[in-house]
Amino acid sequence: MKPGTKFLIGAVLIVGSVGFLIAQGVKETGVFFLTPTELAAKTTSDPTFYDVGLKLGAKVVPGSIKRIAAVQQVDFLVSDGAQQYPVTYRGIVPDTFTDANDIEVIVEGRLGRDGVFHATEVFAKCGSRYEAELDKAAKA
Amino acid sequence: MTLLGNFALWAALLFGIWGAVLAFSGRWQGRPEVALSVTRSVYAVFAACAVASIALWKGIIAHDFNIEYVWAYTSRNLPSGYLFSAFWAGQKGSLLFWAVVLSLFAALAQAMTPRRYAPLMPYVAGVTSAVTVFFVAVMLFSGANPFDRLPFTPADGRGLNPQLQNPGMMIHPPMLYLGYISITIPFAFAIAALLSKRLDTGWIHAMRRWMLVSWLFLGVGITLGMWWAYVELGWGGYWAWDPVENASLLPWLTMTAFLHSVMIQEKRGMLKRWNLSLVVGTFLLSIFGTFITRSGVIASVHSFTQSNVGYYFLAFLVVIAVASYTLLYTRWPMLEADVELESMVSREAAFLFNNLLFVGIAFSVLWGTLFPILSEAVRGTKITVGPPFFNKVNVPLGLLLLALTGIGPLIAWRKASVQNLQRQFAFPVGSGLLVTAVLVALGVRDLAPLMTWGLAGFVGGTIAQEFWRGTRARIRMYGESVPMALGRLVGRNRRRYGGYIVHLAMLVYFVAFAGMAFKVQREATLKPGESVEVKSPFGHTYTFTHVGISQFKQLNRYVSAATVEVALDGKPDGRIVSEKRQHFTINELGTEEASFEPSTEVGIRSGLREDVYIVFAGAVDGTEEAVYRFNINPLVWWVWAGGFILLFGGLITMWPGGGTPVASRRHAEAGYGVELATARAGVP
Repeated sequence: MKPGTKFLIGAVLIVGSVGFLIAQGVKETGVFFLTPTELAAKTTSDPTFYDVGLKLGAKVVPGSIKRIAAVQQVDFLVSDGAQQYPVTYRGIVPDTFTDANDIEVIVEGRLGRDGVFHATEVFAKCGSRYEAELDKAAKA
Repeated sequence: MTLLGNFALWAALLFGIWGAVLAFSGRWQGRPEVALSVTRSVYAVFAACAVASIALWKGIIAHDFNIEYVWAYTSRNLPSGYLFSAFWAGQKGSLLFWAVVLSLFAALAQAMTPRRYAPLMPYVAGVTSAVTVFFVAVMLFSGANPFDRLPFTPADGRGLNPQLQNPGMMIHPPMLYLGYISITIPFAFAIAALLSKRLDTGWIHAMRRWMLVSWLFLGVGITLGMWWAYVELGWGGYWAWDPVENASLLPWLTMTAFLHSVMIQEKRGMLKRWNLSLVVGTFLLSIFGTFITRSGVIASVHSFTQSNVGYYFLAFLVVIAVASYTLLYTRWPMLEADVELESMVSREAAFLFNNLLFVGIAFSVLWGTLFPILSEAVRGTKITVGPPFFNKVNVPLGLLLLALTGIGPLIAWRKASVQNLQRQFAFPVGSGLLVTAVLVALGVRDLAPLMTWGLAGFVGGTIAQEFWRGTRARIRMYGESVPMALGRLVGRNRRRYGGYIVHLAMLVYFVAFAGMAFKVQREATLKPGESVEVKSPFGHTYTFTHVGISQFKQLNRYVSAATVEVALDGKPDGRIVSEKRQHFTINELGTEEASFEPSTEVGIRSGLREDVYIVFAGAVDGTEEAVYRFNINPLVWWVWAGGFILLFGGLITMWPGGGTPVASRRHAEAGYGVELATARAGVP
């Protein structure tokens, strides 16, 4: 066999395993990223869509944050304007998770049959507040 | 100042357009005065961008809050060091920083490239000018002008995001930017070679050092980014596979692939098309990185300013991709390889597989980063993948790559003989097996870390053997002392031994990364005097006792500092303080006003073995009861050590001198002599 052919076989093996690893990885670790409206649609059309790992992207409803510091628990409501879900999380929330208006969060976890979203991770950012202020200043 | 700044930006735009149009028209061929005009336009663009930058800095230092950018990112009470880095804290300033550095690099490339590459230079100038024009145009025409004024003058600025008020943040972004920006120069040389049809290795010699500069800046920038994330973000790790992190890793991976495959082209005249594709691809990835960080199309925890500027980058990306690959296609027949691969067991084959792995890893990272968009486009639902995906895919690929790091230097060019293989592999394989056996005896049972450390033993063996044989050959040939032989060996073969030092850096990184598989985390709410025990992965027991919380005002912030008393296996071992900070600015009425959300200052005690990493998450309802997270992070110190070794090895590889053909031939011969001697000395 020519070395070129042998190399080609090796190359196909490497490219094949990269492809296989990616496909397996997506299948085993991929999770849905939904808005509250999409999540509500899912659970209506498929009643088994509870306790499935997913990410929910929404805004925190202002004033809804309740912190129970002694057990490091945080309860809050998230909404995209049309749908709303209560979220409960145990652990330390990031600094960017504040009571300020309009914070966007991505919560990772499961929607329980009790209708509460049990989060295992909370990511927050408040870029929008920043932008809104800039706009306000520019228009003033 | 804004008038001057705007004027300078327009001047840069016009000079840039002039240079690019003249360069691409080809009118300079056979007319040196036109070629000179192209070169001078590059210097003029730099001068204009420099004036604009000085104007912005003067505005920042003078606290001219009428300039929107100055108001948005600084305040009167901002420590002066951060006034300096506020230049690139926001998007508009970053664009100007990008333009000024690119125009500086473009000017240096014109001034420093030896005369024999003169036929390439006008095209190089054309590409760099066109890219600079793009950045200046984005500032002027997409509402991203750093010199925009507000309709009124606020009393104070809003201040700098506290997460950016960190010494690491003064050098991490510029390092990354310098890496990203300098990729333009190798790309310009590649395009110049294609346009001028001078497709021998000349363009590679002319730009190789630029590629190394870019690669080194990016590598150091990524490491600094890990350090910043570790000390500032407080989640306990240094790499989260966040889209913004991935964006910086992608061009670094393809550049590393290029730095290896280019050696095959230089030595054997193979892979010409592949190398050109890699250079173009690397440049595209750097623009792509800017696009995804600035457009917000992919959710990231990095909260950059998001705006439609990202879409200008997308359009630019598409234009460059189509133009470059079309150009490459038209030159395709001129890029035949000189020879064919002779054997699978050869240095060439090892490099080819190494390249496939680098590109494979880059592809998987790109795929995972873009997956939310891809899945939404194809299936209508957004599906995201996170760290588990990237680890699952990249741990096996990374281990293969680590193995090749040890194998590559041991195999001869063209075709390795069985004898060559036995002689070369005995020691490294032995050292790898020894490390694995020791670790198993110590009780390590987890497969991935065990394989990583075993392979690290193998790679370490390879590097040690290379240094030892080279040094021994010099001692025998010239009768030099050990330090002198070692010093001259490295000094006379900088590229080769500098490269081995970089391999050593990679080995150290991998060893450190594997250590994080054993990190320990515990959260606790403690009253003063209460304590909690955490077992370290090395078998020790830490006892953390909450002492209390003190509150004070410092510079531009209020600080709540929580103190923890540490005991290691029952013996007192000092105290660690972690803080919660609330920054403030002064409003029109002269009173303090909280700015930004509170930020965390992690308490870290770093050690060779493990880091103690304490986050004070807050007090319970204003009492002295504190919520803590305690992490024991093994081997983190070694990541930073790897960064320093990388910098050291990279600097050796690209240290000036030995650049002229005569000198480099002499060096090559000296290296060849050592190789011969090594071969002789090593024959059993």
